[in-house]
Amino acid sequence: MNLDLDDETRAFRAEVRSWLAANVPATQLPPIDTPEGDLAHRAWERHLAAAGLSVVAWPTAYGGRGFSPLQWLIFEEEYHRARAPVRINQNGLFLLAPTLFTHGTAEQRARLLPRMARADDVWAQAWSEPEAGSDLAGIRSRAVRADGGWLLSGQKTWSSRAAQADRAFGLFRTGADRHHGLTYLMFDLRAEGVSVRPIHQLGGATGFAEIFLDQVFVPDADVLGEVHQGWTVAMSTAGHERGLSLRSPGRFTAAAGRLVRLWRRAGPHADPALSDRVVDGWIAARAYQLHSYGTATQEAADRIPEPPPRPGRDDRPGRTGSPTSRGGDHAASMTKVFWSELDVALHEAALDLLGPYAETGGLRTDPTGRGADDGDADAWLDGYLFSLAGPIYAGTNEIQRTVIAERVLGLPRDRR
Amino acid sequence: MKLTLTAEQEQFAAALHAMLTEADTPTVARRWAADDPAPGQVLWRRLAELGVTGLAVPARWGGLTAHPADVVVACEELGHHALPGPAAESIAALPALFTALGDDALCDAWLPRLASGEVLGTLAVAPHVPYATDADVASLVLRADERTLRLGVPGPRRRSVDDTRRVAEVADGALLASGPAVGPAVAHALNAGALACAAQLLGAGHALLETTLRYAGQRTQFGQPIGQFQAVKHQLADVAIDLEFARPLLYAAAVALADHPSTAARDVSAAKIACADAAQRAARTALQVHGAIGYARESGLGSWLTRVWALARTWGTQSWHRDRIRTALAAGDLT
Repeated sequence: MNLDLDDETRAFRAEVRSWLAANVPATQLPPIDTPEGDLAHRAWERHLAAAGLSVVAWPTAYGGRGFSPLQWLIFEEEYHRARAPVRINQNGLFLLAPTLFTHGTAEQRARLLPRMARADDVWAQAWSEPEAGSDLAGIRSRAVRADGGWLLSGQKTWSSRAAQADRAFGLFRTGADRHHGLTYLMFDLRAEGVSVRPIHQLGGATGFAEIFLDQVFVPDADVLGEVHQGWTVAMSTAGHERGLSLRSPGRFTAAAGRLVRLWRRAGPHADPALSDRVVDGWIAARAYQLHSYGTATQEAADRIPEPPPRPGRDDRPGRTGSPTSRGGDHAASMTKVFWSELDVALHEAALDLLGPYAETGGLRTDPTGRGADDGDADAWLDGYLFSLAGPIYAGTNEIQRTVIAERVLGLPRDRR
Repeated sequence: MKLTLTAEQEQFAAALHAMLTEADTPTVARRWAADDPAPGQVLWRRLAELGVTGLAVPARWGGLTAHPADVVVACEELGHHALPGPAAESIAALPALFTALGDDALCDAWLPRLASGEVLGTLAVAPHVPYATDADVASLVLRADERTLRLGVPGPRRRSVDDTRRVAEVADGALLASGPAVGPAVAHALNAGALACAAQLLGAGHALLETTLRYAGQRTQFGQPIGQFQAVKHQLADVAIDLEFARPLLYAAAVALADHPSTAARDVSAAKIACADAAQRAARTALQVHGAIGYARESGLGSWLTRVWALARTWGTQSWHRDRIRTALAAGDLT
């Protein structure tokens, strides 16, 4: 065993670090859900793509660099360490793209991935409905056969980025069977018959929205996977969302590092119980990081074998692709519970360190030394509000624990 | 970068598991507790034949010069079977202590005999390890502090909550070493022992989870296996998550012990904290899911429960380990 990076990976880390140091905007971009913020974040993605850093683990044919899962983890560490802007296209990059690699056709990949890599298309996800949250198979939005495609009708909700995105992906009912009557479709949010209503969140931002669909036409080319097989396809996307892909360890090691710096400033003011929580947060972030290193570097022979390539899927990534594309969806449930609870714990510890200054997000300077450093004012409070969503989205942690118990531990299935 | 087991390490663990299963370790443990250590000593000699006792001993003294990760693999399996005997001491701490001291006479005298399994050794290090485990079975009993290393003279056996742990306080015996080399060597031995202890805790935690999953699948109430109830499922899922994310910390600590002395204390402490917390959650949940039968000696659950309770608090308390990490983090040691 060893934790040493090879020369190529060390050089890659150095390249990413110096590029970010030179290019990450000195002041935060405007909020992502404002018109100025939308433009600024799209411009940032184009800048990243031009530097060859927007999708480092994708094959070069689609704008990537064919890097290994470990190198992708290193990129993420550097990205979060540098406090670079939020990835406006994360739904596309981290959720849809892995699904396209697994279930998409060569035509779909060639048409969609390069545009996604440059944020020419920003993607929203359209899973939940008013009556289908944890019980995702209970969705009612329909896709009805039309000439050359499908007509979508119904309502989606809690749809991240929908207020500003160009396109969306989700499940639609095409048959009566609960799990085998669903089809995975990609649709244009600017198409006729689509209306989007932003939802104001706890912190005032409008990060998600409702989508109303009335006879929206989608061509056959935008069916992902087979008709009626959408559940299987969606479960693979959900696995990516739960696992490393969406919330990489770099995010939490960076947050734990900031927490430790905040705690150091409090110095003798920090009470021992709070110090223990800082220590435990650091341990857990490191555990997630090390766990992902293990997954990413496991030798090919140890891995769960990938299914053999099927016709039309000849350019599926082998060595490349996000780490979770190699693991089972069910192990991703363990990861999801772990990182979402960790995120809340890190932010709660930070707010408790800030004490009475927490409600305003901290002060830059104050006589007790409790102020946030590194321009962190507001970041902890915003981060806390965001972290609280973690145990809810991507399948609540209650659902995940049931999945772990049944699919990983082999306990008898619930009567559902 | 490699943080998972090699095929050879997997095979080594599987061989130990097969041997300890076949040897009926629970019966051996009961006899060890009841003043009949002979079957246990036979089992330890078989472990020696498989190389377990020589892993941490350099080849020069008849050992295998193995990586600390191999010690971790072995100790996890010993913990998994709740093997009686001074494992952390004899397999990990004493070889680390003697080699770090660099006293050839002591190494010549003891390391070949520890490696071959001829001698089982044990150690008390105040204040972290106040009792020498199995002092009346071991043929080498040591007593160390920051300045001196002595032979230890065992006092009367004290009753441990884990009745297979034949613990005793030890009084000072003959002086073996003193001077500036002793402190660092004892610190190194403490890290090696704490890591071996953490590995045993992880193994015991997994054993408790496996036993409890079996029980929850068999025990029926309200017309269904209790493992079908969400309240039970979710507790067991949390145990599985804790164990899953403790393991990489254990492996990283083994790497630090071998290659990165500057972070060894911090990383061993992280491993010990995570493995002890995970094992204690496994123990608490195992007892809760078993219900009253878990309290009954006949269930056999107690061997693992009491082992976890004892090991979680020795080789450094959780507070002491957290304090070591706090010190490292205060100094800026983040990666």
